[in-house]
Amino acid sequence: MKITMTATIAALAFVLSPLTAVQASPADDVKAFQGYFAKKFKDTKFDDYVNGIYAIDPASRKQWEEIEDFPPYELAVEDGEAMWNKPFANGKTYKDCFGDEVGNIRAKYPFYDEKADTIRTIEGDINKCRTDNGEKPLGWKKGKIAALSAYIAFEGRGKPISIKMPSTEKELAWYNKGKTFFYAKRGQLNMACADCHVYNSGRSIRADKLSPALGHPSHFPVYRSKWGSLGTLHRRYAGCNKNIRAKPFKAQSDEYKALEYFQVVMSSGLKWNGPGARK
Amino acid sequence: MAKFKTRLKVKMKDGKVNVKAIMSHPMETGRRKDKKTGEKIPELYINEVVVTANDKMILTADWASSVSKNPYLSVNYAGKSGDKVKISWKDNKGNTGEAEKTVK
Amino acid sequence: MKRRTFLKGSLAAGVTGVAAGSSVLTPVFAGSHGGDAAMKPADAYKATSVEDALKALGITAEDSDKITVTAPDLAENAAVVPVEVTTELEGAEEIIVMVSKNPAVLAAKFKLGETADPGVKCRFKVGKSGDIVAVVKAGDKYYTAKKAVKVTKGGCGG
Repeated sequence: MKITMTATIAALAFVLSPLTAVQASPADDVKAFQGYFAKKFKDTKFDDYVNGIYAIDPASRKQWEEIEDFPPYELAVEDGEAMWNKPFANGKTYKDCFGDEVGNIRAKYPFYDEKADTIRTIEGDINKCRTDNGEKPLGWKKGKIAALSAYIAFEGRGKPISIKMPSTEKELAWYNKGKTFFYAKRGQLNMACADCHVYNSGRSIRADKLSPALGHPSHFPVYRSKWGSLGTLHRRYAGCNKNIRAKPFKAQSDEYKALEYFQVVMSSGLKWNGPGARK
Repeated sequence: MAKFKTRLKVKMKDGKVNVKAIMSHPMETGRRKDKKTGEKIPELYINEVVVTANDKMILTADWASSVSKNPYLSVNYAGKSGDKVKISWKDNKGNTGEAEKTVK
Repeated sequence: MKRRTFLKGSLAAGVTGVAAGSSVLTPVFAGSHGGDAAMKPADAYKATSVEDALKALGITAEDSDKITVTAPDLAENAAVVPVEVTTELEGAEEIIVMVSKNPAVLAAKFKLGETADPGVKCRFKVGKSGDIVAVVKAGDKYYTAKKAVKVTKGGCGG
C-alpha cells in the first residue's frame, strides 16, 4: 500500500498502487500501463483498444458492429459541420480561432498552456472561441458542443495520439494530479478509476462489462445508447463518478482536465477514433 | 421543415441494393416519467414507414412505440444503380419525415 | 369491434377508407393505430402476450426452421436491441415482430415489396428477458420462429 507524498491526496485514502512507482516518469508509466493490458488481454491488438470493451468482448462487439452499421452519431457530426462552417455575428469563424484545417485539430488536444497554466481541451477552446468572439458559451456536456466536438473528432480520425510527454515542472504537476485522481479511491463505493478500468477490466459488474482504460479518451465524444445522444468526455467522467456515489466534479474543472490529460498520455501511440458509439 | 431528421443510405451490395435509414425520433412509449415534473411523457412514436424505389413499394412498416429511440431500419431489394429510393414516415401525432437518395 | 383483417390490399369492413395506393403512406392495413382520432387503437397492439396478439391478428402460425431471428443472447443495452429476421420461405410477404415480455408485445409489422429480399433489420426495446418472436406470412399461411434474449439491468451504466 503506497501513499503518495503530495498533500493534495492526503484527504483521499490512496490505497491502490499505480502500476509504477510514484516517482516514475510519464514515459515509464505509459510503458507499464500499456504493458499491463498487453499481458492481460493477449489476443487483443494494440490498435484495437480504441474500441474499448468491444476490443475484448466478442458478444458485445457484434452488437456494436450492428449499431455502427448506421452510426448513431452521424446526425450530430452533420450538425457539427454546419456549426463549424457558420460564421459568428462578428464574421469570424471557428477556423480563425483554431487556426488550422479542421482535420488537424483533434490531435492537438489536450495540451498544457504555459501562459495560462492550465490544460486546454477541445471543448474548452470551443467555448473560448465563442466568448472571445462575443458569442454565448455552450453547455459543456452535450448538445451543440458535443456535435461540434464530434465533427472535429470525425475529421481527425486516424491521426495518432502523439501528445507531448509531460516534462516541465508544471506539466508534471498537472500530469500527477490526473494520475493521482485516476488511482485514488473515492465515493461511497470507495473505488478508483483504476479499480474498474485497469484491475477489473474485462470483468462484469452485473450487466456491464468493464472497458480497459487504455484508449478511453480516443473515441470521444461518444453517442451512448443509454443517453440516446452524444456526450463529451467530461459528461462521462461525471456519470462514472456518480455511479460509485462520489460527488462529480464540474465539466472542465481542473480535476477532470488533469484526468483527461493523464488518460491521453496513457493512450499515446493509439489513433484518435472519435466520435464513438457505446451502449 | 421536418421536426425530426431522417437519414438514408443506399448502396449496391452483393448485387442488391442495401437500404438503411435512421430517423432521429424520441419514440416515447408514454410510460416514461418526466424526472422534473413526475408526469408521464406522452406517447410520441413513428407508426408508419414506407420505403419505395422508383415509386414502387419496397417495404412498409407499422411500428409500435417499442421500436428503439432514433429508429434504424434496413432492407435489401433487387435494384440497380440510378434507382431513386425514398423513405417517408409519420408518427402518431402527425409529424412526418422523409429522405431520398439515388443509388450510385 | 370489427376485427381487422390482415390480408394485403383488402379494406376491412368498418375501417375508414384509405384507398389503396392513394398516398405513399398507405399503411400495412388501412387506419394505422395510435394516431387517427376516429380509429380505436388496434387490439393487437394492446395485447400483452404473444398468444393474445396472434389471436387479435387472427393468426395461427406453425413453427418453421426456415425463419432466422438474429438477436443477441445477452443484450448490451435493453433499449436498443438489434434484431434481424430473414426467411427462406417461398413467397414471404409479411414479417411481424413481437417482444414476448414487453407490456405490449406487438412491436412491428413489415410488408415486403415484390423486389425486396425476405428480411429486415430493426432495433427494439426489450423490457424483460424473453423471446423475440417473428411471424412470417408466406403464401397465405403463417409461420413462426423465435430467439431468446436476456437483458440484465444495473452495473455501472451511469
